Amino acid sequence: MNITTLLILLLAGAIVTLISGDKLASRVALLFSLVAFGFSLNLLFQFNQGTDISFVSNWIDNPKVAFALKADGLSMAMVLLTTALTPLIILSSFGNNFNNSKNFYALVLLMSFAMIGTFLAADGLLYYVFWELALIPIYFIALIWGNGDAEERKKAVVKFFIYTLAGSLFMLVGFAYLYSKAGSFLLEDLYKLELSDNEQFWIFFAFFLAYAIKIPIIPFHTWQAKVYQKAPTVGTMLLSGIMLKMGLYSVIRWQLPIAPNAAKEYMPILIGLSIAGVVYGSIVALRQKDLKKLLAYSSLAHVGLIAAGCYTLTVDGLNGAVYQMIAHGFVIVGLFFAAEVIFRRFETRKIKELGGIRSQASGFTSMFMILVLASVALPGTYNFVGEFTVLYSLSQVNLWFALIGGTTIILGAYYMLRMFQHTMLGETNTKVFAEVSLNETIVFVVIIGFLLFFGLYPKPINDLVNPAIKEILAVINR
Amino acid sequence: MQVLISIVSLGVFCLLAEIFNLRKLLVPITVIGLLAILGISLNLWSTDNSLDTQFSSMIATTKFSSAFSTLFILLTIFLIAMSDDFYKDHQAKFSDFIAIKLFLLTGAIAMVSFTNLAMFFLGIEVLSISVYILAASERLDVKSNEAGMKYFLLGSFASGLILFGICLVYGATGYFDMGEIYDLSQGVGLPVWYPIGVALIIIGMLFKIAAAPFHFWAPDVYEGSPTLTTATMSTLVKVAAIATLYKLVSGFSVVLSLKVENIIVVISILSMTIGNIMALRQKNVKRMLAFSGISHAGFMLMAFLNIATAANNLLYYTFAYALAGISAFAVIIMVTKNKDNENIDNFNGLGKANPLMAAVLTASLLSMAGIPIFSGFFAKFMLFSDTMKVGYIIVVIAGVINSIISIGYYFKLVLAMYTKDFDNNEYKPTNYYTYGVVAVLSIVINIVIGIYPSLVTQLLK
Repeated sequence: MNITTLLILLLAGAIVTLISGDKLASRVALLFSLVAFGFSLNLLFQFNQGTDISFVSNWIDNPKVAFALKADGLSMAMVLLTTALTPLIILSSFGNNFNNSKNFYALVLLMSFAMIGTFLAADGLLYYVFWELALIPIYFIALIWGNGDAEERKKAVVKFFIYTLAGSLFMLVGFAYLYSKAGSFLLEDLYKLELSDNEQFWIFFAFFLAYAIKIPIIPFHTWQAKVYQKAPTVGTMLLSGIMLKMGLYSVIRWQLPIAPNAAKEYMPILIGLSIAGVVYGSIVALRQKDLKKLLAYSSLAHVGLIAAGCYTLTVDGLNGAVYQMIAHGFVIVGLFFAAEVIFRRFETRKIKELGGIRSQASGFTSMFMILVLASVALPGTYNFVGEFTVLYSLSQVNLWFALIGGTTIILGAYYMLRMFQHTMLGETNTKVFAEVSLNETIVFVVIIGFLLFFGLYPKPINDLVNPAIKEILAVINR
Repeated sequence: MQVLISIVSLGVFCLLAEIFNLRKLLVPITVIGLLAILGISLNLWSTDNSLDTQFSSMIATTKFSSAFSTLFILLTIFLIAMSDDFYKDHQAKFSDFIAIKLFLLTGAIAMVSFTNLAMFFLGIEVLSISVYILAASERLDVKSNEAGMKYFLLGSFASGLILFGICLVYGATGYFDMGEIYDLSQGVGLPVWYPIGVALIIIGMLFKIAAAPFHFWAPDVYEGSPTLTTATMSTLVKVAAIATLYKLVSGFSVVLSLKVENIIVVISILSMTIGNIMALRQKNVKRMLAFSGISHAGFMLMAFLNIATAANNLLYYTFAYALAGISAFAVIIMVTKNKDNENIDNFNGLGKANPLMAAVLTASLLSMAGIPIFSGFFAKFMLFSDTMKVGYIIVVIAGVINSIISIGYYFKLVLAMYTKDFDNNEYKPTNYYTYGVVAVLSIVINIVIGIYPSLVTQLLK
């Protein structure tokens, strides 16, 4: 058994969902995503036992492209993040009624397929194909099933599409150049390339455009908040929970090892930009009136810190970045889901119009509280592990980076707790807030359980990720 | 040659069919006939007789010509399959139109298999005259008349240039035969009118593929012609002309001089940019696709910069482009058949009214835009990659920027289909079976060669 089966499973899931009809679609999709999760756990088990689950076969002769999928600790971690979040995201949408839901859930599974492909691909062109393929489902999800004014949404989504496509096309040019040098797209061949500093600069820059737009890093973030706000919550979860991790993962897997000298030379600028995102995101989040927008900017801040961790080029920085990617993936899905739960009951996301929910739904309030605390990296949650490791690595590079980056925790605590206070506490709301349903509870409990368990016992993830990161660092410092 | 003869006889049969009152069966018969000819063409694959002395070295079946002939026959099958519904109101001329399409195919195949400049000119005239007639075939429509007239005037001017060029080449070398001309061009001492003649021929061909700055006829002609003719022009004719251009350029000399390459760089960038920027402003879908076709011509010209790999890249690009074009036009014909114009508004709400056709149109536009999994992506990628190998990074960057711009107008259509509701309730989904089948089939082939590009790239090996 190898990892191709996982991809086939998800693709088949998308097709079966498409033909299952609108009534069954959500359940079929959930079933397939759960099976995929179980299957990926099985793969993890095999991987830990040392079985070779990689897959390589010829795809195109000229240009020479291989269908190469490689699993190491890093990609396994990201694949598990995707397969674990997909059923949660699908389950979280059970309270919504989508028109044409068979198309909707098929697109969700297709996106999950493409993202897993991106995390596993070990051939530049295959990776690029998956990378672009992930863009098409989210485009339609956000465009057709989004909320708010149609014209405004259209503008936001098209801007997002053109931005990301523009960035990735430059990455494609970078790959074309690398191919003309190496004669192959295979990751291992690209790692072996000896590029001059000038070449490295251009390659790094071309890749940077693609990733900086996807992650997003300042000043390429302008598409983000609007799309997060306008997309349906499922789309926002996919985008913030998994898709932007594609950019961060690619920095570690492709950008840094292929052009290490450029990364070393421009390290202060790169970390500076990332940290600027942290400060900017936090400050803008302070002033947001819309719940989803606030979460979008808080996500911008957190992701900036992860990117900063990647660009430190230290073991701790890269490890911490991966931990924080996983933690952020779970917590942001939870938070957006909480916003959706509120919206389902009150039909609004304006913080001003909320308040006084606690007395009506204490269970929901407690779960929301834990998520808020996790997102501000309270010790005992997995976010603390990630954030702390990243900040520590930043302090190794330059203490100032760590100090400024640390504002994410302080400011984060301020705006998140203020938001919590305004939405949940206060006098009892006149509108009725029904307690969370079973489906909703399951989503919250799983997410919180994950964050708390690994917050107290992070070793399994560390053991999985660490060797892969060390391998990549060996390539970077060759 | 066998292929050529059988197609002509099929065409003559179509003309005769009128007498035997076979009009109803004409399309099935022609399609089956073409499929049989496709079989013959594939059967001749292995025989690479570059010099067919049997026909006094006028024509030769090579891998190159067989590969492109296959594509042309395939496209003609699709185009003729759509004719049945399209010419419903022209019963009296029905068999003529089918016959003209077959003659057009004859011209196209002659253009890629000639070994003699006389044969080349014959091919291009047979092709052009057929297209002039088809462009003006909507006799009572002023726009169609205008399109036919414009195309005829400018087209015959280009033919004149080509003929003049052939004369100069003959004057310089004393031969019409490509092989002899090629041998002579290797030595030194050809008179100055040899390059002038070659330049004139190439300018004439650039006119036919509508590359800037010889593109001015395209938008008006595309818009005015009946939509099925537009489909023919933007797929079959363009693809045939670009293949011929390659055959000519590679036949006149083995390596291009730096000067020629620089001119190609300029024309390529100019075509891409002008086509794309003008397309952004269009409301009429046919006009938009005319400009998009101009920009695709620019992309295809990029292949000439690396002449060693050009044949392969062009073949793949033309497959990808033409198949996407056929499926896009099939849907466009279906939607706008009974409308006054082809404005983008007509596509409002297609995503709800006819999800399958909307999906097919989206897929074909995505292919033209060069999004992965569709063959348009690999077509562009191979071009970029091979152009980069010879060091013309500037063209690649221009190509990338243009790909981004092109998203702007391709997605205008996609947005209209999925985000707008149709304005009035008189929307009748014209469910023409054949259009649907053609559209789906050609997009499926497009995706299949997108997933297995080797299917096409192996052809010339």
